Amino acid sequence: MPHTDTALGAPAERLEGRQKVTGAARYAAEYPLPGRAHAWPVPAAVARGRVAEVDTSAARALPGVLAVLTPGDAPRLAEPEDATLAVLQEPRVPHRGWCVALVVAETPETARAAARLVRVRYDSEPYDVELTEDHPDAHEPDVANAGLPGRVEHGDPEGAFAAAPTRVDVAYRVPPLHNHPMEPHATTAHWDDDRLTVYTSSQGGTTARSVLAQMFELPEDHVTVVSEHVGGGFGSKGTPRPDLVLAAMAALRTARPVTLAYPRRYLPTVVGHRAPTLHRLRLGAAPDGRLTAVVHEVTTHTSRVKEFVEQAAVPARVMYATPNLRTVHRVVALDVPSPSWMRAPGESPGMYALESAVDELAEALGMDPIRLRIRNEPVHEPGTGKPFSSRHLVQCLREGARRFGWDERDPRPRSRREGPWLLGTGVAAATYPSSAVPATATARALPDGTFTVRINATDIGTGARTVLAQIAADTLGTALDRVRTEIGHSDLPPAWLAGGSTGTASWGWAVHDACADLAARLAAHTGPLPAEGLDAHADTAGKADAEVPYARHAFGAHFAEVAVDTVTGETRVRRLLGVFAAGHILNPRTARSQFTGGMIMGLGMALTESSTLDPAFGDFTECDLASYHVPANADVPAVEAHWIEEDDTHLNPMGAKGIGEIGIVGTAAAIGNAVHHATGVRCRELPLTPDRILAGLPAAG
Amino acid sequence: MTSENAPAPGSEITLRVNGKPHTLYVDHRRVLLDLLREDLGLTGAKKGCDHGQCGACTVLVGGRRLNSCLLLAVTLDGAEVTTVEGLGGDGEEPHPLQRAFLDRDAFQCGYCTPGQLCSAVGMLAEAAAGHPSHVTDPAAPSGRPVPLDRPEIRERMSGNLCRCGAYPGIVEAVEDVIR
Ligand code: FES
Ligand code: FES
Repeated sequence: MPHTDTALGAPAERLEGRQKVTGAARYAAEYPLPGRAHAWPVPAAVARGRVAEVDTSAARALPGVLAVLTPGDAPRLAEPEDATLAVLQEPRVPHRGWCVALVVAETPETARAAARLVRVRYDSEPYDVELTEDHPDAHEPDVANAGLPGRVEHGDPEGAFAAAPTRVDVAYRVPPLHNHPMEPHATTAHWDDDRLTVYTSSQGGTTARSVLAQMFELPEDHVTVVSEHVGGGFGSKGTPRPDLVLAAMAALRTARPVTLAYPRRYLPTVVGHRAPTLHRLRLGAAPDGRLTAVVHEVTTHTSRVKEFVEQAAVPARVMYATPNLRTVHRVVALDVPSPSWMRAPGESPGMYALESAVDELAEALGMDPIRLRIRNEPVHEPGTGKPFSSRHLVQCLREGARRFGWDERDPRPRSRREGPWLLGTGVAAATYPSSAVPATATARALPDGTFTVRINATDIGTGARTVLAQIAADTLGTALDRVRTEIGHSDLPPAWLAGGSTGTASWGWAVHDACADLAARLAAHTGPLPAEGLDAHADTAGKADAEVPYARHAFGAHFAEVAVDTVTGETRVRRLLGVFAAGHILNPRTARSQFTGGMIMGLGMALTESSTLDPAFGDFTECDLASYHVPANADVPAVEAHWIEEDDTHLNPMGAKGIGEIGIVGTAAAIGNAVHHATGVRCRELPLTPDRILAGLPAAG
Repeated sequence: MTSENAPAPGSEITLRVNGKPHTLYVDHRRVLLDLLREDLGLTGAKKGCDHGQCGACTVLVGGRRLNSCLLLAVTLDGAEVTTVEGLGGDGEEPHPLQRAFLDRDAFQCGYCTPGQLCSAVGMLAEAAAGHPSHVTDPAAPSGRPVPLDRPEIRERMSGNLCRCGAYPGIVEAVEDVIR
């Protein structure tokens, strides 16, 4: 461990790194409790209807099968707030893939074989899984995801747009996308009398505990949730998913510890997905580029189980100054799996559409797209009128342009050629909100001169364990190697989940406060410490969630260089460069990984990732990793992330903004804009696959 | 462990894992990945897809990198298997590649990491033995060690998906050990 004068801002190595590279780190399915059994789900084979009958006789006759849980006989649970967790509680099938039975057996092989023998008879009903702009069931929700208003508007957007000298009126489409963390959702559950312990792959153990306590009607202190290491989540493990409830039910029924590791190909239907979004963007501008009207209208789908509205029109409330603004969402409930959070929900698809349309406007105006953005830099947040706590988008664009070599660019499309390849570059902006939620933490000083920080935070790969130790070390004025962080266990002081890029701000705040209090106590203490050490506790309720008169967001600029094969239509990204302004960067090593990791997921969104709801059978057709194309190493070129240090005193004691999501936000638009620059083809539907590009290229190539 | 309640046909096999011999009765449906994880408690090898689509389960069998989720254990009588737990040998010190992964922050969640590491070890041996890849110059003399530039490393490491997008660090880590 490197000793540094200040731990914050140092590129500290991940504290659990050694465990991860030696295979010692344990994930949820890897707790070999004595007598552990394995569960396997049976997914619904119809898109809508009811389970009329489940014949489990053949499955139960298989030696080694311990139980088959069905909607008719599974333990009755209290109704959860999140209806996607009400599994095996009633015969209704709200979408294909919904769990209709669960087999528990001695081995995973037997559980899988028995699941195939479960015979389910359905009363099926007509269904609809197709999202269209003019769907008759579309309605305008009051509230979109994250509690944001469905509609925000001011001025006279229609009139101003109609009167604008330069207009862009375009439609963009983003397909359903899947999170696919490399660790499938898994839970190992174990009952000891009326006490339940689960090892679960979750972004937030505190929520998992309260959900289990509520559904199984247990006092919270009878439920223990362990999420020591989590193999990624990207939103899909934000709140509990059915694996948690199913494993606990299976363990209850069989009186055995049970592991349910959800099979990969069943994940898309039960863990949430990024909902498809259909965008209509209207931008009106004066000849000098000043926006006179911004209209962003989004249509998306949700399931019949619960309403989730991908808030894709929200970034237009943040980005550009305009006297006339309309941002509105429409949602259609269909017979589809329930959508949920996927890395930068709202911003990711919304900024793809908005930043592509801005590029189109720049072309229509004959103006450099960076200049156009700078011209429309707002003084106050357009949607709320609040001042920004800090906003360095312009600096990100300029710094990125300098590093990328933007000034050498010939703005004309199809101006660079290399054999069969057309080359192009593109730019797009990024934004993501910076917020915090209350959390609690304790810090303890031990007589041997070391410290322990305890908080039920989760490290899903972000480096939370490490950065919290850094915050503690600095606040205590000690070296990083004297601090131990305990996270990922519900016996620890409660904290909110890893989501919305709030982790470091929220948990770090509580850790900071606990350590500051402890430092004060130590200063006042005389003589040796008692054997059990000295404790301090912090709760940031009322602080972290206090109303502030500022709009708080991180910003960034993305640059991409692509080569498009005129023969095959294939796009290869050659370079990606991002510059971000996200407050103080607390650990440059892990921060860089988060930024570049987000950018690589954005590359997938731009070029390879796509899912389809097939109207013929009512489910996703790309449900495994062979058909849903996550970027592979060979798809990923030189990826660079840089940042501008910001001193923002309106955030939290660390002055940090969340960085887990902004990396994905502008990437797809930058790549799409680069493809247009290379080829002259404006493809308005993701992903930019060869068939779509080729269709736009002139036959001669 | 499997034998007591095994309903399905099984056989006894002997294989060496990380240098240690094991004799087990295996269900014929059991794949090497589950043998490692469930029978031997070696959970370093990860199950990302169970279908040969992600590489998380990559281990070395007779020095070759293979997806252990696609190998029926019963076919491996006499095999020599190395998992991430065995890469460093008996010593306390990690394998140079494990050290390089730490230095380069070549992972985030760590779930793909054991597979990446085993795959990289296998890949280095393949290149040294002169196996060409999709991006190797077809005119290059065959049978000679293939120099590993970045495109070669990227191409050869593409059987191991990383949803955290740690690829740039993985490539740098591999470069560190071949220098
Ligand atoms: S688990 Fe074997 S390739 Fe994915
Ligand atoms: S480190 Fe998370 S999948 Fe590779």
